[in-house]
Amino acid sequence: MNAPNLLHLPCTEVVRCYPYLADFFSAHGLPLPAGSLSLGDYIDSLDADSLENQGLDRIALVARLDGFIAQMESFRAEGARKLGKVTLVGGHDKSGRGEEVRVDLRPGDVVCVVGPTGSGKSRLLADIECLAQGDTPTGRHILIDDAPPSESARLSGEQRLVAQLSQNMNFVMDLSVEEFLQMHAESRMVEGIDAMIERIFTTAVDLAGEPFTRDTPVTALSGGQSRALMIADVACLSASPIVLIDEIENAGVDRRRALELLVREEKIVLMATHDPLLALSGDRRLVIRNGAIAAVLETSAEEKAGLAHLDRLDRRLAALRDQVRRGERICFDEGLFLNEP
Amino acid sequence: MKLVTVAGPPSSGKTSVILRLAEGLRVQGLKVGVVKFDCLSSDDQQRYEKAGLPVKTGLAGGLCPDHFFIANIEGALQWGQKQGLDLLISESAGLCNRCSPHLHPILAVCVVDNLSGVHTPRKIGPMLKTADVVVITKGDIVSQAEREVFAFRVRQVNPRAAVLPVNGLTGQGSLLLQRHIENAPEIDSLAGERLRFSMPAALCSYCLGETRVGKDCQIGNIRTMDFS
Repeated sequence: MNAPNLLHLPCTEVVRCYPYLADFFSAHGLPLPAGSLSLGDYIDSLDADSLENQGLDRIALVARLDGFIAQMESFRAEGARKLGKVTLVGGHDKSGRGEEVRVDLRPGDVVCVVGPTGSGKSRLLADIECLAQGDTPTGRHILIDDAPPSESARLSGEQRLVAQLSQNMNFVMDLSVEEFLQMHAESRMVEGIDAMIERIFTTAVDLAGEPFTRDTPVTALSGGQSRALMIADVACLSASPIVLIDEIENAGVDRRRALELLVREEKIVLMATHDPLLALSGDRRLVIRNGAIAAVLETSAEEKAGLAHLDRLDRRLAALRDQVRRGERICFDEGLFLNEP
Repeated sequence: MKLVTVAGPPSSGKTSVILRLAEGLRVQGLKVGVVKFDCLSSDDQQRYEKAGLPVKTGLAGGLCPDHFFIANIEGALQWGQKQGLDLLISESAGLCNRCSPHLHPILAVCVVDNLSGVHTPRKIGPMLKTADVVVITKGDIVSQAEREVFAFRVRQVNPRAAVLPVNGLTGQGSLLLQRHIENAPEIDSLAGERLRFSMPAALCSYCLGETRVGKDCQIGNIRTMDFS
């Protein structure tokens, strides 16, 4: 339904059907429409001077209201839409040689992007983010469910495929953990906001290993806690189907469990990492060389089997880290690297 | 020639976004120039010159910067035509958030940054609300959630606009902004065209250089608050 059709409905009815309108009116500094008054009468009753201070008149307000409802409904539809796969169709490398690959990415896939600095990892991710259509320096194409995205969807910036998690990111809002999650959940228009907040909060505490409370200001969280909250939030609330992770190995969180969480939430996980434990936890590795994907390595059976060893080593190292943290001495006896910690 | 207005709060990354944009457009063989409107001083002239872009800086000095802008934009257009530009970008800082340089027939871009906080989209006035394209910068240093909330709040106050994240340092995201510029209309003259949002009623003794405080010194269009 669009705004002109709403004008004859009572305000209470309109606000009940479109709860996000409360935000719209408060963003424009207008009182919340209420009561049996029709929306049209409410708009007629607004003071022309105070509308003008907002750069509006009644007609412009109705037009904006209309645009807002259309946008919110398309957000809602977008949230409900299930993405089947994203396909990356090769372009060419920095010397113009063809990149003969076609990579399908499906929800739950974990793909590592590997290669030296300057090889073109960021470019690859940028191509996905801007839904490249042969118009980026690499000549790649990105398909969504086997079709190119519409040019208008692309230009409006509505469809954000990639959510990003990196070491350089910080919280800058002056809010508590709970307020922060509330605000994000509202903007995503999820139903059952309280349950969602609780789920993300407990997941984040679990990942962080060091407890914090819902009242903790997000800016006061430790590095590990912030990362844990960001990961839990992206897994459960982000609109984007692809999660790009950069240098999670130093994040101070349980990185394998973080990965499991993202997979469980049906994200496509792209990781720029050279950490063997993480790389082998993935299904594939895209090897980038000279600006193009030079190879796609499926994680082999042997590598998968070796993962158990790596895991043991990793836990051993974690145990040593804990010992150092507790102020203990480390004893280099024969069993140090062999025994289960 | 195309003309585009780019406006945004100070330090939101307008110049960096324009430089990245110009790089992309010049690769396609377009001749891009910039006119920078500022209040008291601006160092951007050098940044543009260093990038090899024809640039003209106008300082409003003792005048209201938005009035200064509108009085000079037609001249700027003619300057751009004389330079043989394909695209002239007008960059102006929105300083009090009350006004907006956006004109009806030409593409209007507003640059805001994620670091300014999630309440900012509501505080910025017509500069954001009447823009065709809203560019959001500095997304690489805040959390995904904050980026999503910020973009959502921009859409709340301007549902019509395209909302594009652009990294002013690396140029990531700049391609889609480039597409909007390429689709922008050509313009020969601005005479008779209108601002998208009117400027505030003014003309009081302070407009004319009064500096003293006090009732006796307030003459003209004055409004006082109710403190009772």
